[in-house]
Amino acid sequence: MDFRLNEEQQMLQDTVARLVRGEYSFEKRLEFSETDLGFSADFWQQLSELGLTAVPFSEELGGFGGGGVEVQSLMAELGRGLCLEPYMQSVILGGGLIDQAGNDNQKENWLAGIASGELKAAVGLQEPQSFYDLNNVETRAEKKGEGYVLNGRKAVVIGGHCADLIVVSARTSGDTRDTDGISLFALSPDTAGVERRTYPTIDGAKGCDITLNNVQVGADALLGEEGNAADVIEYQAGRAIAALCAEAVGVMEMANELTLDYLKQRKQFGVPIGKFQVLQHRMVDMMSELEQARSMAILSASVADSEQSDERRRVLAAAKNVIGRAGQFISESGIQSHGGIGMTWEYNFAHYAKRLIAINHQLGDDDFHLERYASLLQAS
Amino acid sequence: MNMNYTAEELAFRDEVRAFLDEKLPADIAAKVKGFRRLSKEDHQRWQKILSEQGWYATHWPEEYGGVKWTPVQKHIWDEESCRYGVPRSIPFGVNMVAPVIIKFGNEEQKQKYLPRILSGEDWWCQGYSEPGAGSDLASLKTRAVRDGDHYIVNGQKTWTTLGQHANMIFCLVRTNTEVKNQEGISFLLIDMDTPGITVRPIITLDGEHEVNEVFFEDVKVPVENLVGEEDKGWTYAKYLLTYERTGLAGIGMSKAALSHLKQLASRRLKNGKPLIEDPTFSQRIARVEIDLTAAGISNLRIIASVEGGGVPGAESSMLKVKGTEIRQAINDLARRAIGPYALPFVEEELDLNYEGEFLSDENAAPLSAQYFNNRKLSIFGGSNEIQKNIVSKMILGL
Repeated sequence: MDFRLNEEQQMLQDTVARLVRGEYSFEKRLEFSETDLGFSADFWQQLSELGLTAVPFSEELGGFGGGGVEVQSLMAELGRGLCLEPYMQSVILGGGLIDQAGNDNQKENWLAGIASGELKAAVGLQEPQSFYDLNNVETRAEKKGEGYVLNGRKAVVIGGHCADLIVVSARTSGDTRDTDGISLFALSPDTAGVERRTYPTIDGAKGCDITLNNVQVGADALLGEEGNAADVIEYQAGRAIAALCAEAVGVMEMANELTLDYLKQRKQFGVPIGKFQVLQHRMVDMMSELEQARSMAILSASVADSEQSDERRRVLAAAKNVIGRAGQFISESGIQSHGGIGMTWEYNFAHYAKRLIAINHQLGDDDFHLERYASLLQAS
Repeated sequence: MNMNYTAEELAFRDEVRAFLDEKLPADIAAKVKGFRRLSKEDHQRWQKILSEQGWYATHWPEEYGGVKWTPVQKHIWDEESCRYGVPRSIPFGVNMVAPVIIKFGNEEQKQKYLPRILSGEDWWCQGYSEPGAGSDLASLKTRAVRDGDHYIVNGQKTWTTLGQHANMIFCLVRTNTEVKNQEGISFLLIDMDTPGITVRPIITLDGEHEVNEVFFEDVKVPVENLVGEEDKGWTYAKYLLTYERTGLAGIGMSKAALSHLKQLASRRLKNGKPLIEDPTFSQRIARVEIDLTAAGISNLRIIASVEGGGVPGAESSMLKVKGTEIRQAINDLARRAIGPYALPFVEEELDLNYEGEFLSDENAAPLSAQYFNNRKLSIFGGSNEIQKNIVSKMILGL
């Protein structure tokens, strides 16, 4: 048993850490967040030049052939910097869907671009009525000639505002909540009938809702088999969940470091407030929650690229549940331990707190994954 | 034991309802109920209506224009006004500095300031906390040095709520550095237009400008603006804090927020059904509603004991902790109820006059921001940790 990173993985993590430390100061992040792009084109370029956007892809694609652990090492560092780039959306989820479901042509057209960072993908799987259930799809794709006509709306597509390629789920048959009948389509956001309503998000990123209004696409837009996308979506959402868990651990690490520093520096009643037992115990609880989260992030990384199974499903649901709860606990406890200063825009802690809450609203919150886990409970 | 209102109290409730039905402006109530921003003008417009009714100053003696309500009447007012969407009264003038002036101020100060609070001519803010003096308020450093007919004030206050609107600030300042922390503090009334005062906004994590820093550089304050005696300010400050703490439990506001949450959960869908019918979510709502019921009765027990001549003590500290936790739990659920839509921050939808299409629910836009903003509830007015210290000392003798 060995939980240490191997030499290559450690090098990968160090590379990302150096890059984030050098390029992503808190002040710069605020500036990136306020641009129309909502992140740093320059930083994205550097990720690409260092080969980091290629990490999870096979070597034929110029990739690194990395698995869950490599992605975990990288995402944790992006989390520590509160990086705003759509890495998870484009590289992990968008790239993953195309890699798993796409035909040779589609892979050739899109995957190399995603791996090199030249092409940014965004993924629309949720809808206004779907809550977090990715099989709840009302958007329709009707066969027309060789291609399809898409109608519907995809909700909260993070990174969709600047994506070059949008992957959406749409129903080719069945009812709103059926597992069967869901298909995946990849299309350019410039296609006639695609409308994007862009907004900033509470954690400083950007996203959009996408309305599809009689959008005509060719047969080459269909990713994978018609009507059979549910399994692919579930599998790739699982990889994205593992990536989010890793990111969350990086965010929590920083949140805890900042809080601990504050407890040592801030004086009231003539002593550092870290001398007060109630704050000591809360800090210890924050550390324990982080360790629980770290363990689950490691476990989820270990199954992220394994074959689908109920065990994989359980692990990922459990991990996202722990991450959601730990994240909220650390977010709220950290603000409380800081007092008023923890609530200000100018001090970085609040931005870590907001990212932790936001992660709980991506790909299912702790309640959603608790229910999912319960539905997969093994008889003893 | 009788937990019902008397006939007189019921009649009073009818009177309150009739007044609110007739006089509460619909646009203001809609803002309050939808958690939208209120402008200075909104507050002033409502205050004027209340003043005309004679219901603005409920803590003051009648001779100064107050209204003599019993604790139960105040409670009825609180419940009804939260239910109707009455704006939170800005407490710094009417409920904070006024009781101090009434109890410790001289006749001139009473004549000068009280009518201006009633009329809305003065907007007060509170100069208590400093960067180095939060929970440990008595360690404050802002200096006031006597120079002839004036004090010269230097220092910095922070977390000054709505200081950007204020023309007056009441400040705790250090007039004596030779004695124990608590014994060298004085209570000064300062005109915000005095040269040397700078107000700087503090933007909070939800992007709001609600609090400020206030800087004092050689600010000349006439000695007649001292309340009570020099160096005795801590006594007055503590007197004021007891006023601050009553009502911080926010039971009425939690009831309004819960009702808002239930409406929201009836509209949002999960698994094709209203969220309020979902087993997990409905249990979460049920738990917080049960907690709120209990806290509501605790609140009534305190009110009844005050009605019987008792003084609310450490019980209000316990209730502040419980009440703020409950309200935060409701805000947490409201954010959870909108699922993925907790992420977008669609600022234009915060405007009541917004005429575009709502991204998701018409009330979704402020929910995440409100959840974050209300983390302040367990920090301000004496953090919940400080409240627990008070309880452990005053009630438990620990």
